[in-house]
Amino acid sequence: MAGAALPTAELTTSGRPILLPNEIECSLLSNVELEPEGSPPLSSSIHLRSSFLILTTHRLIFVSDSSAAAANTASYVPLASVTHIFLLKKSIKSMFGSPRLKVQLSVGSDGRVGGMGTRSIVATLVMRGKDDVEAFVDKFRQNWGARVWEREKESESASSGSSLVVESSASSSGFDSRGMRVVGVAGILRREQEMWESTDKSLQDAFQDLNALMSKAKEMVMLAEKMRLKLLSGPSQAGSSNDEELGSKEEMQDWLLSVGIVSPVTKESAGALYHQQLSRQLADFVKIPLERSGGMINLIDMYCLFNRARGTELISPEDLLRACSLWEKFDVPVMLRKFDSGVMIIQNKSHSDEEVFARIKLLITRPDALQMGVSAGDAAMTLGIAPAMAKEHLLTAESRGLLCRDISPDGFRFYINLFPEIRTDDIYLVKDQGIYATWIKCASSPSRLQ
Amino acid sequence: MQTLGNFKLPPFFNYPPYFTLQPVRDTREKQVQLWKELILDYCKTQKISVIGLEEEFPLFSNPAIERSLTHEAREAFLAALVSEGRAEWLDKGHRKCLILWHRIQDWADILLNFVKDNGLEDSVMTVEEIRSGPESRGTDLQGVDRIILMRALKLLEHKGKLAIFKGTSADDEGIKFSR
Repeated sequence: MAGAALPTAELTTSGRPILLPNEIECSLLSNVELEPEGSPPLSSSIHLRSSFLILTTHRLIFVSDSSAAAANTASYVPLASVTHIFLLKKSIKSMFGSPRLKVQLSVGSDGRVGGMGTRSIVATLVMRGKDDVEAFVDKFRQNWGARVWEREKESESASSGSSLVVESSASSSGFDSRGMRVVGVAGILRREQEMWESTDKSLQDAFQDLNALMSKAKEMVMLAEKMRLKLLSGPSQAGSSNDEELGSKEEMQDWLLSVGIVSPVTKESAGALYHQQLSRQLADFVKIPLERSGGMINLIDMYCLFNRARGTELISPEDLLRACSLWEKFDVPVMLRKFDSGVMIIQNKSHSDEEVFARIKLLITRPDALQMGVSAGDAAMTLGIAPAMAKEHLLTAESRGLLCRDISPDGFRFYINLFPEIRTDDIYLVKDQGIYATWIKCASSPSRLQ
Repeated sequence: MQTLGNFKLPPFFNYPPYFTLQPVRDTREKQVQLWKELILDYCKTQKISVIGLEEEFPLFSNPAIERSLTHEAREAFLAALVSEGRAEWLDKGHRKCLILWHRIQDWADILLNFVKDNGLEDSVMTVEEIRSGPESRGTDLQGVDRIILMRALKLLEHKGKLAIFKGTSADDEGIKFSR
């Protein structure tokens, strides 16, 4: 059989070679024939034609892609068995024919390539494909000279104890046991290289564990998905639900939640027990901050306060939002409120907008406010709430027609709305009593108009 | 009471929100209404017929309270006048606006009265004479904007009340009033 003397290279199901640890692919040639010299039976057992030849740091892998064969087959020649690479001959003959490269391989007494060889045989690589042969040959020589497989063996054995002895003897002579320099820049570079290679190797090992973990995780997620679907399809079936089923379903939900998977069933029902509990806990917690901030607090501020108080087991923004939304189903004295601008706040149910507006009106009709208007900051101080909250209130009052805005380089301020007091049929008319008259008095005081 | 030249300003001219385009619908409607009136009144007394949005217009700022209308606000108020038929854009870019504190139809009526009061039937006058001659002194026609006058004259020509013809000098037309 052709190439029987060569060891078989393992391939994946899609015909790619399975590489050894640390082995790196370097080059690919198509349509290469290995022609040994000498007489049969040795020569014929090595001779083979391959679809392509893969050069790696460790081997020459010959992959045959024959359609006749049931599957792809591959054999390899370990670079360790290459004892010599001849020069690529350039002759008139080689210009017209395919490039040929002679190599000397060490062969064992049984005629097999790959073990410790006592004999050698010369074989020619006939490169019939249209590839860059010169580059291949350079890489071949490089890899062969680098002898990566040897260094691995060396590092393995060196790390097992005898390293100290080796090194101390090496340092005096400037060469280590492998005959490589350990002094000078070359030595430093080599050491760097070795360090890098060993790090690389340990990283690869770690990642292999991670890959294993991830494949397990995939299974877990698939399982969880199946369960979720089962839960989803549950309620729509039949309609009858005995307590046992419900109970176990809730348990299932809780388990899923604890793994971090949201069950869609919670949206329909009053929510999983987790969210209910959280919602109640939040309602209790919220009481004190609400008092401190004048009955109204921004949802974002509450998120920070709550999580800070929890310390560990922090809740996500979605959890907080869901917990607040559940309040309307319970009888708690707090509520979630969304302003037109999109800002969401938590406020006491007892809070009344009218009351706030009354306070704003008082504020805005003071003489200094009539003259200069009121900013969100001013309102915040008077109302005892955060400026962002104050601004929301002012904007709401504006939309109710209570206030008007004034935008200028001085900033964003609000005034009492006088427009309803002005007559279009007589723009000079001012009623004696009323806010318009008061405003005119304040506005024309000397301190305002220079 | 403040004045702008000889124009008496209303008290709300010192109300800062008056110079900020109000977002709330009812408030905005009132604000627009007040500005429309103010612009028309001011232009009428000052005999201003064209407002350039990118130029300084005294009515659009109040240095006493350090406020002035943004370009957006000016365009909004003038557009309101245009949709009411009390103004017209002179260019597509909305940079110049013709203010019709009398509508063109009203100007036409004023012209007809002018003709009647001065016995000008069947006589000829140049456009310049109409607006700066002795007959127009003390009337609205005195110093009226040429664009507006031409519009009104064209309207009357359409109705057959007069005829417009090119005068001897290149830049003045002549009007022959009908009987």
